Amino acid sequence: MKVDNEMILTIPALSKNESFARSAVAAFAVEMDPSLEEINDIKTAVCEAVTNSIVHGYDRQEGFITIRAKIMGKTLHIEISDNGVGINDISKARQPYFTTKPEEERTGMGFTVMETFMDSLEVAPNENGGVKVIMRKTIKG
Amino acid sequence: MRIENKLFNNTLYIAIYGELDEYTAVYTRNELDKLITQNEMKRVVVDLSELTFMDSTGVGIMIGRFKKLKAKNIPIFIANPSKTVDKIFTMTGLYEIMPKIG
Repeated sequence: MKVDNEMILTIPALSKNESFARSAVAAFAVEMDPSLEEINDIKTAVCEAVTNSIVHGYDRQEGFITIRAKIMGKTLHIEISDNGVGINDISKARQPYFTTKPEEERTGMGFTVMETFMDSLEVAPNENGGVKVIMRKTIKG
Repeated sequence: MRIENKLFNNTLYIAIYGELDEYTAVYTRNELDKLITQNEMKRVVVDLSELTFMDSTGVGIMIGRFKKLKAKNIPIFIANPSKTVDKIFTMTGLYEIMPKIG
């Protein structure tokens, strides 16, 4: 399918960049004429993935997160990747309430939120180490 | 991120303004803990009408405060969440421990 538009954004894995990251993807998706609810779904899902990279992937140490988004017809594709420690057992990590940091009041609901707010979610090892999260959402407007 | 409060009729009203994510988590957690330890109240009502964003990090913070209050037998309620915040509260089952009022 034809790619109608595309963006690539690489940012340091800093929590202050979460707001920028989710707003950037939301702004990119605006040409698809999404509803306010869809915009908020996208922002929430992006933020969950970026938080995972910062908190789990890099354990709040230095690193970079790359966000790629594509518009293909009515579908928004988002890929968020890091070169952090990666996830040993992806299917376990995707289960609700699973967290590697229970001492931090983390809920382990990140992937569940992404799955609920987007139409599809894939979690895979990144080619250069780390994790790649791929999400899709069809915009109904 | 800004947090305001008011104590009235044994109820501590807390209003959270802004976006609650990993970046604002520490400030929010510390402010809420200060408020619930410094005040004498029978219940806590958190007004979320001006909370424009929240993710699962925020859910963790709310559950943490719930546990602290539960130890003192103080119930916590949620008022006026936006549609998006409402969705997060519903899907994570948060309303089962902190009911929505109003």
